[in-house]
Amino acid sequence: MLDAARLRADFPLLERQENGRRLVYLDNAATTQKPAAVLNAIADYYRTTNANVHRGAYSLAIRATEAYEAARAKLGGFVNAWAPEGVVFTRGTTEAINLVAGSYGRAHVGRGDTVVVTALDHHSNLVPWQILCQEKGATLRMVEITEDGRIDLSDFGTALERRPKIVAFPYVSNALGTVNPTAQLTRLAHAVGAAVVVDGAQSTPHVKVDLQALDCDFYALSGHKMLAPMGSGALVAKPELLEAMPPYHGGGEMISRVFDDHSTYNKIPHKFEAGTPNVEGAVGLAAAIDYLSAIGLERIAEHEQALAQAAIDQLTQIDGVTVYGPRGHRAGVVSFTYGDIHPHDIATILDQDGVCIRAGHHCTQPLMRRLNVPATARASFYIYNDLDDVAALAGSLVKAGALFGYVPA
Amino acid sequence: MDTSPPEPRLSALYQELILDHYRRPRNKGALEGATHSVSLNNPLCGDEIDLQLRVADAVIRDVRFIGRGCSISQASASMMTQLLKDRTVPQALALAARMSAMMQGDESAAKDKALGDLRALAGVSKFPVRIKCALLPWNALTDAVKS
Ligand SMILES: Cc1ncc(COP(=O)(O)O)c(C=O)c1O
Repeated sequence: MLDAARLRADFPLLERQENGRRLVYLDNAATTQKPAAVLNAIADYYRTTNANVHRGAYSLAIRATEAYEAARAKLGGFVNAWAPEGVVFTRGTTEAINLVAGSYGRAHVGRGDTVVVTALDHHSNLVPWQILCQEKGATLRMVEITEDGRIDLSDFGTALERRPKIVAFPYVSNALGTVNPTAQLTRLAHAVGAAVVVDGAQSTPHVKVDLQALDCDFYALSGHKMLAPMGSGALVAKPELLEAMPPYHGGGEMISRVFDDHSTYNKIPHKFEAGTPNVEGAVGLAAAIDYLSAIGLERIAEHEQALAQAAIDQLTQIDGVTVYGPRGHRAGVVSFTYGDIHPHDIATILDQDGVCIRAGHHCTQPLMRRLNVPATARASFYIYNDLDDVAALAGSLVKAGALFGYVPA
Repeated sequence: MDTSPPEPRLSALYQELILDHYRRPRNKGALEGATHSVSLNNPLCGDEIDLQLRVADAVIRDVRFIGRGCSISQASASMMTQLLKDRTVPQALALAARMSAMMQGDESAAKDKALGDLRALAGVSKFPVRIKCALLPWNALTDAVKS
């Protein structure tokens, strides 16, 4: 396992107390904390490099542009993108998926066509497809999950018989931690001619991503879930697809020549980056990638799995606790319920001990319906968590049980 | 493992009476002949309430609710329905105002016998994110009688 205590010292916020207790931050699937290296990179950028990018003819602006483009290349390398120009910076996963739906989707999906999503998808990889299908008179087909929260491969195969134009699914589920067989699903979808959109919000921070090996067509990610600032993120795509796609947002930067009544567009990726971009976000993301790479994604994945397994072992010892999702291999996400104690009540009680977890539907309402629960409590781990945090979670949960009469006070 | 007893704030929040209403809600289920009904939800935690009233001559003759959610929202709904039967609409709105004052930490409201079992919810005022839960059924009531 990683030396979490040493890593924790890099994160100023984690030194804080919460309700008089050591902060036990277990909501990393929602967003991670930021190390000083990232905070400093952003401050340094504003202190030494800030200017608008791709415009100025002076040295400062050139340095700002270089920093921005270096971040693009770094991110491309981090996920083994097809080419740096296949990396389009966005506000995050949500905007990246909306870009694909609004541009590629509108150009390729028509009346009677099918778009396939899964019951594991986050609302941000579902609602944009609903909107597209409603606009186009297309059918949205949701693939079912197995009892233990994996994509049902047989239903996936049935859905593909409709020869969908687009197949969208998450690499890693934010609600259950399921790691989907992304290369295999992509191969199957390609065999029927579909374009594959992978929601990488939860995989990029937690598993070594190799896009060229996965061979999907579009991959969306969020910086803020991997130590980088909020509002940073990207769509990573095969360049030839981006080339052929119509623009998404219109404005400055994305144009080549502007006539009174029409325009020609810039080359990729700039065609999809209208307006002044989030340069500090890109610079912070590059610093986060350096930080994560120095640790190593394989070690991070191992660390998280060990914590998730310890949490599952300890929580399932408590009478009345149900843990959802796959047994065995999973990312560091543990969703659970405890008897009839509503997850929101669990979160309030844990908060008094400084333990921060998420309670709710995790932006996966179709999944919650299939699990037959209105909500779950969710603990999610990252590099700075350790077994003490798992013990704090379990200990605090026993208190919740006492308050609700499940265990003697 | 930390096995110290729960903080007094938590014990005040999760009193027996609240858990009793949560587990054995009063007046739960659909109301035959409802004249007013309002559904509200709290998207943050998924609390849902569907409040149904039978109002005649500006008097609430009967009230029931359907809902699911946390102990605070569901207990508040159950306790509220106990109080509303045979109240006039202005009386019901006055109770809603009293309840809201108690959630703001008004101590006189927290001692007001007119609030009945709801006084057990006074501890919620110390948990700002949970106030919305406690007020959800009351917001449904206000919406219903004003519609
Ligand atoms: C699996 C998954 N997809 C998409 C998103 C949306 O990401 P963002 O809010 O950063 O756009 C999230 C995070 O909430 C997520 O966990």
